[in-house]
Amino acid sequence: MAQLELFLQTLISGFLLGGLYALIALGMALIMGVMRIINLAHGDIMMMAMYIAFWLFTLFGIDPYVSVFIAAPALFLFGMGVQKYLLTPVMKVESILPHNQVILTVGLAMVLSNLATVLFTGNYRSTPVNYASNAWYLTDIWKGSPIELSLSMPWTLSFVIAIVITIALWLFLSKTDIGKSIRATSQDPDAALILGVNVNRMRMLTFGIGCALVACAGCLFIPIYYLYPSLGKQFTNVGFVITVIGGMGSTNGAVIGGLILGIFESMTATYIGMGWAPVGRFAIFVAALVFLPGGVASIIRRRKLGK
Amino acid sequence: MKKYLPLIIFTVLLAVPFIGFSTYIMHILILVLMWSVIGMAWNILGGYTGQVSFGHAAFFGVGAYTAGILYQHLGISAWWGLPASIVVLTALSLVIGYICLRLRGAYFALATLALGEICRVTAENLVDFTRGNLGILIKERTWVDKTWYFYIILFIAAVTYSIIKIVMESKLGYYFVAIREDQDAAESLGIDTTFYKTISLCLSGILTGTAGAFYMNYMGYIDPGVVFPLYDISIVTVMVVMVGGAATYGGPVIGAVIMVFLAEVIRSLPHIGAAHQTIFGIILIFIIMFLPNGIAGDYLKLFKIFRKHNRASS
Repeated sequence: MAQLELFLQTLISGFLLGGLYALIALGMALIMGVMRIINLAHGDIMMMAMYIAFWLFTLFGIDPYVSVFIAAPALFLFGMGVQKYLLTPVMKVESILPHNQVILTVGLAMVLSNLATVLFTGNYRSTPVNYASNAWYLTDIWKGSPIELSLSMPWTLSFVIAIVITIALWLFLSKTDIGKSIRATSQDPDAALILGVNVNRMRMLTFGIGCALVACAGCLFIPIYYLYPSLGKQFTNVGFVITVIGGMGSTNGAVIGGLILGIFESMTATYIGMGWAPVGRFAIFVAALVFLPGGVASIIRRRKLGK
Repeated sequence: MKKYLPLIIFTVLLAVPFIGFSTYIMHILILVLMWSVIGMAWNILGGYTGQVSFGHAAFFGVGAYTAGILYQHLGISAWWGLPASIVVLTALSLVIGYICLRLRGAYFALATLALGEICRVTAENLVDFTRGNLGILIKERTWVDKTWYFYIILFIAAVTYSIIKIVMESKLGYYFVAIREDQDAAESLGIDTTFYKTISLCLSGILTGTAGAFYMNYMGYIDPGVVFPLYDISIVTVMVVMVGGAATYGGPVIGAVIMVFLAEVIRSLPHIGAAHQTIFGIILIFIIMFLPNGIAGDYLKLFKIFRKHNRASS
């Protein structure tokens, strides 16, 4: 019974983690779809958002969940600036080495994480919100339950907000004109250009939205996680692993991939060892590359065509 | 003249220990040569074959750990790591090649990045084998003086340079460039692209690993954070080649000279020293935007800028 309890508890925490991972990966998948580049500064942009949330909490006592509304617009503008002044000019540069833009995002990541170290020191920080250790227990609802499961309140709250943001993004992409233009650019930039979509503006918007999404993820992560300057790399890895599992540039795939990775990681952490969780992450990444190069998206597509 | 330039440089370098530079300058020269080897090795795969790798720290670190583990567990001299790392790195390259080389472009870059991280985390967690974060320390140094270290790394660099020269002027080199320029076209002309990419990766991996094994012997201490980091090894490798010039013989050497001196200068400055990665990142962005083919590749462009500047000022 204890085994089952452990398993279910791992599954629940993996699921909650997966929802947040999905939010990180959504932004990356969106950028990947429209720009055809992997944004390797993604985690560091999240780190920026987390520092914004941290300082707002420390200096003004603003709840991290509220700072979503400050951090996301700020990083939206930051992302637009990066796209306009760094990535778009590089697209026109001729060079022997391919993937110039990807290397550029690595440079950006180096600058961001190092600047954070210099400005805010390498200390581990967290926002001690007063509901941090609140939780709901299964025995509270069902008195005679044979097993005990708990649901941490900040985790659940973050998860629910992540779901809400994901649905909002889905509505934005599928119902509004701008969303449709973004999807058109992602499908075929040349055709979109011919049909009168301002491709460059869509790229700027997409990069902005991608950064805003990861900023939300950062604000949702900070009540349940701790913060240090080089944390970005870890979440960049999470982001691109999910993007590959989900299928490059597919937003639906990113959500499913996020859940898969979240569950897989907490399973490795529980059953193999805490330190091995990153290895599990990369093992599933390599497995996805080798056995399922199209990602989850290719399975979804095959299903649809089968009907 | 240009043909004999490498030979002249080699001869000059042979004479360097007789000048009697201070230990510090010898240390810098050794580092420059080591980074030239890594840069040249990366250049085979990234510059000539067009497969950009973000994970050369994996090869470097495995080379270093091969030497370290031979010393730690078998009790033999870590210098055996040089020949041993060739064997280990060949095996590793074949495995990595099998997994990653079926991928193209950005996928390949990501896969190598992930493999570099896998190596780091594995080295951190296999505590019984690698001593984890404690690292491996060589208790007795072979030489206190730097002269022999200098000659050894000079020899490795010369061999690396010759290998690259020979390979790139043979049929193999043309295959590599063909793959870089257009993989589909190369394949349709009957080049077994995966096979030649694997050869390129093996060469690159072995040479990087040799540099790693040398590093273990030279520095006498390694831990996963020193030999497997993403920014300080993998990305600096890419930078060495990008600054100097991808797909040129001399580029990585120029890049290594610039990067090592720059790193030393920046680190020695008060206050700014902690921000060396910021400065490296800005340089990287600058190079990508304005000198995408590096100093050796774009020197004509550099001349033009300077000439224009001179004309404007005179």
